Formats: sequence, C-alpha cells, structure tokens
Amino acid sequence: MPLIKNGAFAADPFVFVPDGRAFPEDTGVMVTLARFQGERENLFAHHAPVGVRLASSENPEVLKSDLHRIAAIAIEFPIFRDGRGFSWARMLRTRLGYKGEIRAVGHFLFDQLAFMVRVGFDAFEVRQDFRIEDFTRAMGEMHYVYQPSADGKKTIFDLRLGK
Amino acid sequence: MYRYDEFDATMVNDRVAQFRYQVERRLAGELTEDEFKPLRLKNGLYLQLHSYMLRIAIPYGTLSAQQLRKFAYIARKYDRGYGHFTTRQNLQFHWPRLVDVPDILAELASVEMHCIQTSGNCIRNVTADQFAGAIAGEIEDPRILSEIVRQWSTFHPEFSYLPRKFKIAVSGTAHDRAAVKFHDIGIEIIRNDAGETGYRVFVGGGMGRTPYVGLEIGRFVAREDILAYLEACMRVYNEYGRRDNIYKARVKILAHQLGADEFRRQAELEFAEIKKTGTLQLPERELARIAAYFAPPEFEDLGDEPPEFDAALSDKDFANWAKTNLTPHRAKGYAIATISLKAIGATPGDASADQMDALAQLMDDYGYEEIRVTHEQNLVLPHVKKRDLPAIFARLKTLDLATANAGLITDIICCPGLDYCDLANARSIPIAQAIQQRFADLERQHELGELKIKMSGCINACGHHHAGHIGILGVDKKGVEFYQIQLGGSGAEDASVGEIMGPGFGKDEIVDAIERVVDAYLKLRMDGERLLDTYRRVGMVPFKNMVYQEQTHAAY
Amino acid sequence: MPAPASQMLTANRLRDGQVLYWRQGEWVPELAEGEVFADQKAADAALAAAARFVQGNEVVATYLFDVRMDGARIIPVKEREIIRAAGPSVRRDLGKQAAHVQV
Repeated sequence: MPLIKNGAFAADPFVFVPDGRAFPEDTGVMVTLARFQGERENLFAHHAPVGVRLASSENPEVLKSDLHRIAAIAIEFPIFRDGRGFSWARMLRTRLGYKGEIRAVGHFLFDQLAFMVRVGFDAFEVRQDFRIEDFTRAMGEMHYVYQPSADGKKTIFDLRLGK
Repeated sequence: MYRYDEFDATMVNDRVAQFRYQVERRLAGELTEDEFKPLRLKNGLYLQLHSYMLRIAIPYGTLSAQQLRKFAYIARKYDRGYGHFTTRQNLQFHWPRLVDVPDILAELASVEMHCIQTSGNCIRNVTADQFAGAIAGEIEDPRILSEIVRQWSTFHPEFSYLPRKFKIAVSGTAHDRAAVKFHDIGIEIIRNDAGETGYRVFVGGGMGRTPYVGLEIGRFVAREDILAYLEACMRVYNEYGRRDNIYKARVKILAHQLGADEFRRQAELEFAEIKKTGTLQLPERELARIAAYFAPPEFEDLGDEPPEFDAALSDKDFANWAKTNLTPHRAKGYAIATISLKAIGATPGDASADQMDALAQLMDDYGYEEIRVTHEQNLVLPHVKKRDLPAIFARLKTLDLATANAGLITDIICCPGLDYCDLANARSIPIAQAIQQRFADLERQHELGELKIKMSGCINACGHHHAGHIGILGVDKKGVEFYQIQLGGSGAEDASVGEIMGPGFGKDEIVDAIERVVDAYLKLRMDGERLLDTYRRVGMVPFKNMVYQEQTHAAY
Repeated sequence: MPAPASQMLTANRLRDGQVLYWRQGEWVPELAEGEVFADQKAADAALAAAARFVQGNEVVATYLFDVRMDGARIIPVKEREIIRAAGPSVRRDLGKQAAHVQV
C-alpha cells in the first residue's frame, strides 16, 4: 500500500510479516505486538529496523522500555470510527516521548488526517488511488486549533495571550 | 453573550469551506455515502424519514435577536418556514436540501453560529441553566465554563472518534435546571469552605436504553484545573469505552462497570500527568476575558412592585401567565419570563419564522441582548423589567406565545417521533397534543401543579422520558404504536430514573391512562405535594392499581 | 381477509433528501405511482437494479417495504411508511400530502 511520510509519498522500509511467517532478509520488518514480545531480541539483532503493529485495543505503554529501539509503531484503525488510535499516538508522542515513526494503518478517512497529524502520526498507509494533493489540502483546511496536542501547535488560547 | 474574535470566526468559516468541499466530493461520487455519513453527521446533518434534518448548535441555549432573525430567514428560504427547539437547547430544521446546506452553514457563520459536532461520536453542544446570570443564588454563570468547554472540545483531535456521543451540561446553582446528572459529564459549580469556586464533576449519567444517574468523580476540581480534568476523563473513555456494541458504548456503561472509585483513580492518573505538563491550565487572563462577555446588563434601581404590573394582575390571563411563566430575578423590579412553545395543539418546541422574527423585533424594541432556549423546549427572556411585562405579555399573546403553562401538565417535552424521525417506533407529537387537549382547562392544570410529562418516540429517549414525573415511551408492538408509562423520573438535582408502571397502552387508550394516573395522584396526594412527591411517598403500587383496575386491554 | 403483503422499493434522493419510489427502473415521488412487486424475486431484482443509482450518487438508503392492496389503493403495512409516503401526520400542510387534492 502506498505510504505517505512527512507529507509525501515514500518508500516503505518495512515489510509487515504476519504471525507465523518467516522473516524476509535484507529488510526492516513490522510485526504484531504478540510476535514482538515473543521474538524481541532476535528481531533487534537480525531484522532491524523493527516496527511494531498495534491493534486498536493495544495500549502502547507495554512497549515503554523498548521505545528507543523501535523504529516505527503502526497503529491500526479497524474501522475509521474506532478512535482509540488517536489516544495511543498522543500517548506515545507526549507521555512516552517517542521519537520514531507513528504510522496509521487500516481504515480511516482523508478527513481524519489533520487530527492524526496533530496527535502525532507522521506516516499513513493510504488507498491506491490516494492523491497527495488531498493530503496537502487536508493539512490546510483549518487555520487554527483550540486545544493543545502532541504537535505542539500554538492554540488560539496561546495566540490570544500573545504567545 | 460571547462574541467571536477573529480566531473563532475563522474556525467556523474554515469549517464551512471544508464541508462545502465534502459535499462537492459526495455529489461527484468521490465519497461514498458510507464515507460521507460520518462527515455530514459532524455537521449535524441527518437523513430522516421525509428529508434531511439539520441541527444547529445553540451554545448553552443563548441567542441574540440577530441570530433568531437568521433562523427565520433560513427557515423561509431553505426550509418550510419553521424550526424545532430540542431538548439539548439546539434548533433543528426538518427539510433542508443537501445541496443547500453549505450555503445555510455560511449564513449561520455570518451570525457566529454553526452546526459543528451536533451529531457524531464526539463532544456535543454544551448545555447550561437557561436562567444563567438572572437567577439568585448563582455561584457563577455556568455559561463561562460552557464557552470554555465549547472551545476546548471543538475539533479536538484526540476525541472526535469516541465510542459514542458525549454530552456535557453545566449548572451554576444548587437547584439544577440543566439536568447535569443525566449527562455523560455533568458539572455543578460549587464553593468550598474556603469560599473558592470550583467544580463538582459527575460522569456517566444518561438516558436511552439504559438510563443512569451520573457518579460523582471530581469532588472539587479547582477552576484552573477543570480542562485538564475533563481531558483526563475523556481520555479514559476514549481508551476504554466499549467499541464492540453500540448499545454499550456510552461512558455511562464504562463508569458504572468500573465504579466511581476506579474511574476516578484512572482519571486522576491522567489528570496528574496533564497537570504536570501545564498545557491545559486555564490562564486567569483568558478566563476573565471570556467571563466578561457574560457579565449581566446594568440593572436599574427599580421598585419591586411596579404599579403597571400590579394593575395588570386584575386581567385573569395575565395573572395566570405571571403565576407560572415568571421566575423571580436576582435584581429587584425584574423578572425572568418563560415563553412557552407548548400552545395547546401546536407542535411542542416548534416556532414559526414569523414568531422568530416577531420575538427578535420584541428583543430589539426592549433592548434585550439575549433570549434563551431551555432543554424543556421553551424560550426565556432573562432580564425583563416587571413594569414592561403587561405590554410584553400582550404582544406575546398576538404571537400565540403567551401560553400560561410553564411547568404544568400541558408543558410537555416531546421529541419529533415517528412523524419525522427515522429512528422512531411511534408517533409522539399527536399523543402530546391529545394530552394537552384533555387537560386544556387552565384551572384544572393549576390544580395539578408542577407536573412534567416527557415523551419519547423510541428508546433513544430524545424526549428525556426517563426524567419525566410522568414519562411516556412510544414502542412498536407487533407493528402497532404502543405507549409505556413511567413514573417518578426527575432531571433536577434530585435526579431519578422513572419506573415503568406496567403493560403499555394503545394510542386510543394512552390519554385515558394518563388521566387515570392524574386522578390517582389527586386521590393520594397530601398537601403541597407534586405528583412526583406523592409517587416518591407512596410508590408505584397505588398508582398502578388505580390505572389498571378500570381499563380493559385488547388481548394481543 | 386482507390481501397478503407485497413489496415496494423506496430511497431518498441524495441532493435533496426527497423520498422516492421505484417504478420499472426509474424513481417517482408518489407512493401511488410506484411499482408493487409481483413476488419476492421481482422485489430482490429491483433492489439489485437500484444499486446503480446508489453507485451513480443519485439516491441513498434503498430498501424494500411491505404494502397491501385495497382494491387499487396501495397501503403500506407499517405506520412509518404511511407517514413517509404522506408527510407528518401532525402537519398536513407539509410533505407530499400538501400537494394532494383532498377528495
């Protein structure tokens, strides 16, 4: 699936490897949480960069002690209306200080992209027919924001106070 | 009332442009209906039984004359000449066309209004006491916090895809007119022993399939902490609210499943973290800026018994109206006037474009900055000089807006029901009208005193029937409209969920059944008791016996 | 003995939300002009055929519903569909019923 990273189409350094399948050589791999927890050291030793793909019910806090070694965390949206991923991404960026890639995968709407960027997503697996102009447009639809989030963008409250 | 600054104005204008583009993409087929539906819901646009329906946010129920005029204009130009005020202090238009909605939103934006988040699984319109700023004993105008919460919750990136909808209400007095304990989050403004103002936060109240009274989670949240506290509660809900079953997805389910102590523990963990970052601490300067918009008008030094008012009391109609539709004001010589939208036989909560324009004109003539919408689907003029009341009453009479029934049995809260709504199981409006006709006699109404009937056409409970002294729920029984009676609900600070009385009634029986409930109350009551009080004293059994003993059920 | 139920097909027009009824491959605004299907097979075929109007972004929310014939008059079985075909029962001046000549 096409990957958007930092606002442009990008090559994907990871291959998602379903549970039970063998790891391909010479490529970063992305695995489920369960697999990561089971094969952690092997992954870091032989299959870096390592990515972990979380289901929408999986709290990223469990990865806390490994965050400095995980290159990317993909958060799944099984259906666009399952908004747990927004909280997980925010937690990763803000509370856990995660600096790696946070990727949105699964089913989400173009119109959720601006919110996703705000809470800390910086990569998106999109539909085949997705146009990059739509991404740019989504980013520019709202000039201001009312509330602080992981992106650190100045809020209207800040602007009113002249910050 | 609050006035947009350039930032607020840009927000709603950006939103209009965004929705316009979404509609274009939908009509061009670039968005399927499945993809478009959540987007149009976030702008309050439903597809109903006959047509689309557009729900306009009226933040904490406060409107200016200019805004009321704009509603009238939109009603005439884009709809069928009327609007419907709802139990969340919003306005609905029942006949807009999709292609017109971007233009309607632009019209609304021009008067600082919008339809943002009036539907969808996000934080909805924040409602508040309709007597805010006018009633004595108010600790703080609840609309200040409501406006702050409105801004904080608008396009919140983390909480726009919640498990389910989220409703917040704020009350500024001990007597709760905002039904805060029946909201997902209800906030009561209080003072502690040190005289500091703070907030009591309830979580997990709600109506619907499984009604609950909210649990006290925050006992005393300091002013500067409230946004952080709310954010913490929302985060617990977003992360752990159920996603597997839409009937179990409201925060009430999570809160009652965890229990107050555990929910509080989780929320306070989050809260501690947010507070540490300091990002949501409310700066005093911003609080003061917003509070200034809600400063009450300068009250003149007036006598409390103006001769014009006292003389007018000899007019029976005026006296009746003054008895039920006026509430004492905190300032001498003033009164709070409730304008009933429950004329006998009219559609509860509806106002025509002509009525809206005429009210706007009245507001301009008397210099009233605001009119309020109540969650009981009436309107309120908050700061009326008592000496002006006779003239205002006369004017309201010509507009069919002088029905003297505020809080009485014919002041029925009623959802649109099967006459309009795609979700309904039964009609509600004609039943409400039939009840009104049965009890139209004003003397009889006064004999019954305060009696809140609330009626919903389906289990979604938009008519708040769980909180009715008498609640009526329309159901579908084998393809036939059928009505269940509940007794003993209350949306005030003594919040309680009504109890189902027993087997339901067909549409030709329900009004008689209600009359038997009322007769039972008259037989059982002791001095000064409302129906609610009598029910609480004697319980369901005496009512049930009297209602069912004489009537025959058609066997099904 | 009432006639057994037959089916009809309805939808809303996308651009204005107007209620529509299927008649032989097209949509009409009035229930009385709509097509009553001879049997379940015909009803299902119509529902399938209507999909192209959904894909073509002309209508939304297609569904079949039950009606009974009373002579030549079509009467929906459910109150909901009676109201949907006519307009709000409490506002006879609104909806499709407003255009009807009262006999």
